Amino acid sequence: MIDATVQAYSYFPGCSLTATNRAYDISTRSVAHVLGVRLVELDDWNCCGATAYLPIREKRSFVLSARNLAIAEKEGRQLATICNACYVVLRKTNKYMAEDHKLHGEIRGALRAGNMDYRGTVRVRHFLDIVVNDLGEDRVRSHVRKDLSGLKVACYSGCQFSRPFDDIDDAEYPVLMDRLMGWLGAEVVPFGLSAKCCGGMAMTTHPESGQVLTGRILQTARDRGADCLATACPLCQMNLEAFQGKVAQAMKADCDIPVLYFTQLMGSAFGLEPQALALRDSFTPVETLLKEKVGG
Amino acid sequence: MTTATAKELSEELLHSVYSLPHGEKIKQCLQCGTCSASCPSSAAMEYGPREIIASLRAGMLDRVLNSRTVWLCVSCYSCTIRCPAGIPFTDVMYELKRLEVDKGLSRDASGAKMAQAFAETVDQYGRNVEIKLLSKYYLRTNPLKALLQVPLAMKLFFKGRLELFGRKIKGLEGLHKMLAAIEENGKK
Repeated sequence: MIDATVQAYSYFPGCSLTATNRAYDISTRSVAHVLGVRLVELDDWNCCGATAYLPIREKRSFVLSARNLAIAEKEGRQLATICNACYVVLRKTNKYMAEDHKLHGEIRGALRAGNMDYRGTVRVRHFLDIVVNDLGEDRVRSHVRKDLSGLKVACYSGCQFSRPFDDIDDAEYPVLMDRLMGWLGAEVVPFGLSAKCCGGMAMTTHPESGQVLTGRILQTARDRGADCLATACPLCQMNLEAFQGKVAQAMKADCDIPVLYFTQLMGSAFGLEPQALALRDSFTPVETLLKEKVGG
Repeated sequence: MTTATAKELSEELLHSVYSLPHGEKIKQCLQCGTCSASCPSSAAMEYGPREIIASLRAGMLDRVLNSRTVWLCVSCYSCTIRCPAGIPFTDVMYELKRLEVDKGLSRDASGAKMAQAFAETVDQYGRNVEIKLLSKYYLRTNPLKALLQVPLAMKLFFKGRLELFGRKIKGLEGLHKMLAAIEENGKK
């Protein structure tokens, strides 16, 4: 356990967090501030490559990630991410370079062409892992002002949170988010689909396929009596909150349920104002839900 | 497509797969089907992951690449984490997607066009700009479908969640130099 009084991380928000899913970025910064964690935005970061650049050019995609790793190495901190796709792609690039010296050499050569270098010392982290494992239960509990005891939460980590890197949580049934929600006082409903895929980009490229995957998650959360779903990834959040109408048509069943980032639930429990958590950005009635269940 | 070309495709793919970390484990596939059973998209694929490996061994990869299969992979890594032989099958899928794009074989164009539009946007700005990505994608696939996205775009706009103009990263020139340098090591 690291001494947590002046913890600082280089912070990689990721492209979708700058506008479309800014609520995740805003609420993350707000709760980090309360917890006394410094998230220092990575200087002039670029796209990590995500899951969509890899199928075009693998090495170019690795260079995209490596540029960010190089900046983090220069800043001398661990690299914190909140998007599951950024987390996996940055970590995968890091791992493949460590395992394959030829690849590392080629990528270093490319970085040097742009006056950067990467030796391979950065550790890539997901913010949820940081909250649960670096800060821990006592630290989180000490900031709870309005516990979430009236709220039933289905925790949905998303597929790439614990896969392929299953060293931070169970690959099939992740529990970190469940534990965190428990510390906040929420009632965590049994929900077996925490690591099942939401459909990802298929929601746009193959909607008939994506809608079924999202539909199963929404329906199961409702069936288990959850008041809301909690997410840890901007694409999961988008798929689960923005297409509920279309998904309901495809599934021929009700699929509406409020969906929040886990950081928004943390912030609510910490007593933060709705603006600090960008609750108004939501397409689902999250403010009403929190008012009813958690109070003002 | 002639049989020889199909065989060449298999060989080309295997060559790329062997260069991946743990890629050689593909030789140890026992055709147990855990990958296909774990895949959330296999029901929608014309050939599931187990059949893809079988097709490779039979030199019939052309059938897979000409079918509605590889772009349905959502990169959830279920197959990779569960494979008893330790085959990184999600990475194999990425290799298949690349091969399909390179050979211009995609019958199922939407996934390939999305990925191409994404890569172009990132090359241009250093970051993804969603409105640019989606306009490119719908113009190249089905412009009419873009109209169906208008209600969502309006909702995003009124919430202030729609970025209308992309901002380039400061170090774009340097990034372009890096990307040009890595291309010199072969196109993969």
